[in-house]
Amino acid sequence: MLFGFPLLSLIIWLPILVGITVLATGNDRNAQLARWIALAGSILGFLVAIPLYTGFDPATSAMQFVENRTWFERFNVYYHIGVDGISMPLILLNCFTTPLVIMAGWQVIQERVSQYMGAFLIMSGIVNGVFASMDAVLFYVFWEASLIPMFLIIGIWGGPNRVYAAIKFFLYTLLGSLLMLVAFIYLYQSSGGSFFIADYHQLPIPLNAQILIFIAFLLAFAVKVPMWPVHTWLPDAHVEAPTGGSVVLAAIMLKLGGYGFLRFSLPIVPDASHYLADMMIVLSLIAVVYIGLVALMQTDMKKLIAYSSVAHMGFVTLGFFLFNAYGIEGAMVQMISHGFISGAMFLCVGVLYDRLHSRQISDYGGVVNKMPAFAAFFMLFAMANAGLPGTSGFVGEFMVIMGAVKVNFWYAFLAATTLIFGAAYTLWMYKRVIFGAVASPAVERLQDISRREFVLLAILALAVIWLGVYPFPLTDVMHVTVDNLLEHVGNSKL
Amino acid sequence: MQTLYLLVPIAPLIGAIVAGLFGRNIGTVWSHRVTISLVFVSFIASLIIFWDVLNGNIFNGTVYTWLVTGNTSFEIGFLIDQLSATMMVVVSLVSLMVHIYTIGYMQGDPGYQRFFSYISLFTFSMMMLVMSNNFLQLFFGWEAVGLVSYLLIGFWYTRPTAIYANLKAFLVNRVGDFGFLLGIALVLMHFGTLDYAMVFEQAPEMAEKTVELIPGTSWLIITVICILLFIGAMGKSAQFPLHVWLPDSMEGPTPISALIHAATMVTAGIFMVARMSPLFELSDVALSTVLVVGGITTLFMALVAVVQNDIKRVVAYSTLSQLGYMTVALGASAYSAAIFHLMTHAFFKAVLFLGAGSVIIAMHHEQNMEKMGGLKRYMPITYWTMFIAALASAGVPGFSGFFSKDAIIEAVAFANIPFAGFAYFCVLATVFVTALYTFRLLFMTFHGKPRMDEHTRSHLHESPWVVTLPLIILAIPTIGAGWFIGPIVFGDYFKDVIYVLPEHPAIEKLGAEFTGIGGMMVHALSTAPFWLSLAGILTAWYLYTIRTDIPGKIKAACGPIYTVLDKKYYIDELYSWLFAGGTRAVSTGLWKFGDMKIIDGLIVNGSAKLVAWIATLVRRFQTGYIYHYAFTMIVGIFAILTFWLY
Repeated sequence: MLFGFPLLSLIIWLPILVGITVLATGNDRNAQLARWIALAGSILGFLVAIPLYTGFDPATSAMQFVENRTWFERFNVYYHIGVDGISMPLILLNCFTTPLVIMAGWQVIQERVSQYMGAFLIMSGIVNGVFASMDAVLFYVFWEASLIPMFLIIGIWGGPNRVYAAIKFFLYTLLGSLLMLVAFIYLYQSSGGSFFIADYHQLPIPLNAQILIFIAFLLAFAVKVPMWPVHTWLPDAHVEAPTGGSVVLAAIMLKLGGYGFLRFSLPIVPDASHYLADMMIVLSLIAVVYIGLVALMQTDMKKLIAYSSVAHMGFVTLGFFLFNAYGIEGAMVQMISHGFISGAMFLCVGVLYDRLHSRQISDYGGVVNKMPAFAAFFMLFAMANAGLPGTSGFVGEFMVIMGAVKVNFWYAFLAATTLIFGAAYTLWMYKRVIFGAVASPAVERLQDISRREFVLLAILALAVIWLGVYPFPLTDVMHVTVDNLLEHVGNSKL
Repeated sequence: MQTLYLLVPIAPLIGAIVAGLFGRNIGTVWSHRVTISLVFVSFIASLIIFWDVLNGNIFNGTVYTWLVTGNTSFEIGFLIDQLSATMMVVVSLVSLMVHIYTIGYMQGDPGYQRFFSYISLFTFSMMMLVMSNNFLQLFFGWEAVGLVSYLLIGFWYTRPTAIYANLKAFLVNRVGDFGFLLGIALVLMHFGTLDYAMVFEQAPEMAEKTVELIPGTSWLIITVICILLFIGAMGKSAQFPLHVWLPDSMEGPTPISALIHAATMVTAGIFMVARMSPLFELSDVALSTVLVVGGITTLFMALVAVVQNDIKRVVAYSTLSQLGYMTVALGASAYSAAIFHLMTHAFFKAVLFLGAGSVIIAMHHEQNMEKMGGLKRYMPITYWTMFIAALASAGVPGFSGFFSKDAIIEAVAFANIPFAGFAYFCVLATVFVTALYTFRLLFMTFHGKPRMDEHTRSHLHESPWVVTLPLIILAIPTIGAGWFIGPIVFGDYFKDVIYVLPEHPAIEKLGAEFTGIGGMMVHALSTAPFWLSLAGILTAWYLYTIRTDIPGKIKAACGPIYTVLDKKYYIDELYSWLFAGGTRAVSTGLWKFGDMKIIDGLIVNGSAKLVAWIATLVRRFQTGYIYHYAFTMIVGIFAILTFWLY
């Protein structure tokens, strides 16, 4: 806590309160007001999160900015929040993304504007809550609550097949989370009535119970990441979601799964994590190679980027289960970087979709002739997606590959194929969409990006380059936490 | 001095940013003024640094810490020694000349500012590559030059061939980088650092250690690392079988063919292997691999050059072959000779390419040599500078290419590792072929009767000074750069940089025989390469100026051989069928069958359907009709009664 000020609570509840205010502006006659309140609120939400970085002490692995209040005394449930080097960067990423998605929906959303903007703000606060929770019940409440705004965003403002996609998204993720709840109840019982997550970290558990708990957590987190083979909800959800929804889904929602592995699976059941590490690595590598190949032949740009997300998140789960600092820190960097890059890629597709109302690659061609500034941005993000050094996309993949080779050369070999496949699917799409002569009269009529779109993409471009050229500030804050986690995971709890 | 080191890469970077982001605002003239003056700054700084290094001031230090993870710190830093200083001068000089030349070549092109931005960005990337003191930054520069190459090959993005070629170039390079990155990963794993100096220091201790990659087989770690690193070099320096992208890269504007695809970027692989000499020296297997790959590339790519009619493609295949020479030299442990040839080649190949570009401008972008001829009269400066470069390329004594190439051939003769004999045959045979294709180009283009249409002929004239000045300036080192062979190759210029084991004495033996450049030229008269080269020139002269009917007859007589060469051994066809087609087929299969049918269709939607089916079944029992329920009750009572009674 900074001078006794409940900063973390502010970061969680400010966006939610602003979101409710936006909802209160009512129907679309006040749309412009709703937009401005939402934008101001989201920017404010980012500004209040900055002290989280500047006031953060990177020298300790202990939770910081801790607040603890009783919630349900009878069940030992507390409103207990705090951040460490793993959750803090993710909260910042979330607060950074929210203003961007508000701006992304500025013009394109003309119906139920206040609800749309409100949903994003509320979701932003809820997600901050997920990352900050130190109490299992609080975590679970935020975790499940985060589904609702996203369900509505896809289901209301989505494409033609939105209902199928929204229900698939909801059922898939809900089903996974239920087993997590069972695991929490088991842990509550065996810890003698505590919902404090750090208590679970110290709790000795026999191996067979550990494996069951691991699988319960795995279902919850693997669906969110998503890992192969529970990934098929993602392409559908992305294709149907509005641009802002896709951005949040890729940049933020997927990270909940990755975060879960670090906060729950690894420290609570370390022996099961080691025991099942080979399986996790194989699943991750399948995601990298198989999904990389699947992405290659996609004809729908959003589907292609969705599959590429799955492949990139494969690096995250691969990094976790290498049990070395390169792997875990690389996975963390990959999560942040993927937030920037996939967000930017979806925004780029959104820019095209807003103009031509098609996501099909074959409907485009020669866009550079009409939209040179857009093509330059898209080039940068495509290269980042292909993991070019100097962009953030390289850093995480590089670190994870360095970590993988220590465990097994062939893991690194398979992971490194992303250099080829990642470049192939991204640049082949880029070539067909952007390069060439003007392909159709519709492309001929395209207008280059507006000032609003320029600002959006430029912010992300700076983020992508900054993280690629100088990732030190990011890894610096997570060092001690990751080292502590590794040490903890190295000790058996049997 | 350290500010100066920073200035070398940063100046062109600023130029690239200014021309790229504000090119429209400042206009064409200021775009080239800004970029050229900043590259000039970089060139002057490189010269000063070079002078400083000659006086023995070596620098190895960190600029900033990129990131720290585990207990390893990854840094961005510079290593300024004889090798990097030489490369810096070559790169900045050729880059400066190409910048100036571009004013003439790209005049009126709508992408004028963009072009300057790209070539300045390239200069920055290449400088980061050569000045690096660690593998990470090397890889950064390595991929960054690849990016710029991709952007420049596809510069004229409306041409289908250009955007095909740039994608191909990037992907083939990525195959090389795949190996390269794994090599770097193994270096980090076994040495615990990516810093050159620290890695090389530990290298001797690693010499005997082995690793089991495939269970049951034992590999020297150094061998695995070197071969993986060399795969990277094969991609970047276009060695067989990853050479396929370079000929296609000629779709880009000619200035970048000269700068990137001849003089500088493609030599990055050669530079890298020379830099890694303390590692490569420890593995004879790796050196043999390098020799064989280089030998194949040298000879077989030169043969293709003989049948090409596109003036740029001839020079492109010639580049492949010359890169093969450098690679062979590396394999023979003649690293200094490889770097020396890299340098002389940068000059004479730049002249050949820029000269070809000058011809192309004059011919209104006609590149087919069959439609040229007799240009000597109209373009004397272009002709004479290209003539000098051709002599250097063919290895005529006195010109730069002679010294570097002769040193390589002799060094391979002295090499004692497996496959040196094969490589020696390749490099020797190629001398004849090189002279033949180079002078074929010269004679077909500049001599004989003009074969272009009347309209083009009436407009023929020498190119403007911005084009000819770089040609003249570059022609000077094309003649004279070779004269420094004594100190550079045989002297102790590279003694602290390049490490050669006593077991690989090729250069040492050669150096013992060296008696100065005069002696080398006299000695050459009694050796095969000189006569082979002369024979090649004379053959070209006879076939393409005296009896111009004979080439057609040879072509007809050797139908199949000609076709195979013309089709470049069908390698492109094979790759596009096997790799491009194969990958697409597998991808489609995984997507349509694996993802859509099995996972989504059978498992996900299947379980949803199963739930729905059970629900439908159960629903039938709840019809809502009283007589159904009454009937069930009666059946139930009957059943219970029956059960009780019996």
